[in-house]
Amino acid sequence: MKLHHPLAKYVRPGAISTATCSGCGDGIIAQAVLRAIDELKLNIDDFVFVSGIGCAGWIPSPFFNADTLHTTHGRPIAFATGVKLARPDRYVVVISGDGDLAAIGGNHLIHAARRNIDMTVICANNGIYGMTGGQVAPTTPLGLKTTTTPYGNVEKAFDLCALISSAGASYVARWTTYHARGLTRSVKKAIQKKGFSFIEVISQCPLQYGRRTGVGNAVAMMKGYKENSLSVKKASSLNEEELKNRIIVGELVDKDLPELTEQIERVRRGLCARRKKLR
Amino acid sequence: MDREVLSGVHFMQGDIACAEGALAAGCRFFAGYPITPASEIAEKMAERLPQVGGVYIQMEDELASIAAVIGSSWTGAKSMTATSGPGISLMQENIGYAVATETPCVLINVQRGGPSTGIPSVHLQGDILQARRGSHGEYEIIALAPSSCQEMFDFTIEAFNLAEKYRTVVFVLTDAFVGHMREEIIIPEPEKIHRVQRKLPDPKASRTRLKGFLDEDVAPMPIFGHGFKTHVTGSCHNDTGQRNVIDAEALDYYIKRLKGKIDKHAHEIISVSQDMDEAKIALISYGSCYRAVREALNILKDEDMHQVGSFRLITIWPFPKIQIEQLARRVKTIIVLENNLGQITPYVEAAVGGEAEVIFLPPRVLGTLHDPYAIVDKVKEVIR
Repeated sequence: MKLHHPLAKYVRPGAISTATCSGCGDGIIAQAVLRAIDELKLNIDDFVFVSGIGCAGWIPSPFFNADTLHTTHGRPIAFATGVKLARPDRYVVVISGDGDLAAIGGNHLIHAARRNIDMTVICANNGIYGMTGGQVAPTTPLGLKTTTTPYGNVEKAFDLCALISSAGASYVARWTTYHARGLTRSVKKAIQKKGFSFIEVISQCPLQYGRRTGVGNAVAMMKGYKENSLSVKKASSLNEEELKNRIIVGELVDKDLPELTEQIERVRRGLCARRKKLR
Repeated sequence: MDREVLSGVHFMQGDIACAEGALAAGCRFFAGYPITPASEIAEKMAERLPQVGGVYIQMEDELASIAAVIGSSWTGAKSMTATSGPGISLMQENIGYAVATETPCVLINVQRGGPSTGIPSVHLQGDILQARRGSHGEYEIIALAPSSCQEMFDFTIEAFNLAEKYRTVVFVLTDAFVGHMREEIIIPEPEKIHRVQRKLPDPKASRTRLKGFLDEDVAPMPIFGHGFKTHVTGSCHNDTGQRNVIDAEALDYYIKRLKGKIDKHAHEIISVSQDMDEAKIALISYGSCYRAVREALNILKDEDMHQVGSFRLITIWPFPKIQIEQLARRVKTIIVLENNLGQITPYVEAAVGGEAEVIFLPPRVLGTLHDPYAIVDKVKEVIR
């Protein structure tokens, strides 16, 4: 009997090897996205996946057997904006890393959230530059030693969810790779949400983060996620001191707000109506 | 005023004529960022695109603008952006991406005085070489240089046609002089406008072995949303779009095919206009400089001096090397007029190969039009 992975049907024929290291969290994220599409019974041909540079940029490209646009470093959201505006009937999903989306591409991230353009952005946040060899990122915890912070990181880490919430996104959630089910639920919701949806996935990089920083291997890192995380509900009753070094997981924003492509269509319809009136 | 082609006679600014040319060519997507002296193009597109069912978006910066243009082009839309030198500098990485992924798009560069912030409202032809070689790596580009408001309209249409035909980035290299000038322009009836549409794959073509890239005769573009399952990457790839970041031989093929696509069709792309007759002195110019050359030739004709003619580059890139080689065999002296410190002059010298004398003549003050009398004086000096 030949065994098949239930999601293998979504993998591009010929894409057999992976760019990710053993223990990487990217596989869990890939599965969560494909499982969400499968459970929603959507056609993957109705999606355009856009990614940038870095390990997480390889999650959809080349593995997802769909239209995929693997772009330049930091710019996937800007490319995705062009795709969505020209084809509002497509599901546009951006999957990339924290360096790509929040450092070099930070400006596009906040402006896409402000516009509330209908797309799903999944940020694999491993808190480090993995592909280039473990350099400090804007998501690296204060004090951590990396290859470019040999004396410890002197900068504070970005709270990406707080940033995107305040920029005006319709949907914001945070999960870790330990919370594969919660993550899948959120991806399903994000895809269906009309507006800008942002999901931060705290993800392990056992090679560049775990090994060099002494946090441990993939299993140890995921155990840490399990032990240090708490739900939004539980977190709401704790003070700042009690929340220190904890990962708050769950849905942080879920609102119905005006969406960009609908606003553009409204303007066009208004012009059309005015033209008819003039005739 | 909701027609996509405003047929008729107009008194129109160059930048506006460019926007109207884009709409007439079928452009339905514009992403941009304000910058002098190109903002009028964005303003006109913001007004006009929603009227014809298109999309205008002002992005957060130029990096995002070109990215959105490329993204929309992959859905099949004819797309463009318009900016000036500083904006082009910011766009360079993604210009290379568009070339590498064979994405049709039109970039208008209304050149201003640089380097750096320079003077926004002064016209310099400072970005000619930047257009050719601004992004990293080996590649070829197409660039057109209009010299009048009518040509801002006509050449923008031609830029879209070339972009669609060859699946590449096409520059319209204009400047603040032409962009901000106002002249009479004639917009033809819609049916008189020649429009090219990119080739698309057969809808029944195989999804796994679809050859959508690296064909020197231009592969059909497997645009998004049609189930082609296209894999687009700026990494080295093969003719199906499959990435290969291991083999130098794959890189060799990838580079040579992308460049070969333009080189092979250079004779169809290159356009020059010559008014030489039996002249022994050629004035080589492009863009706004050509206006001063025309005036200088009028003055010289009035003085019965007919040994001078004009050779004008309509396409600067690919460079009309063969045409200049042929010119060099017919003339004694070539005067190259550029509003810069001589950006195409070394290319002219290389093409001439010592067959004629080459003199470079900038305007007395960079950032201004050549004084036609200074051109006349130079010609008289050469004749003496």
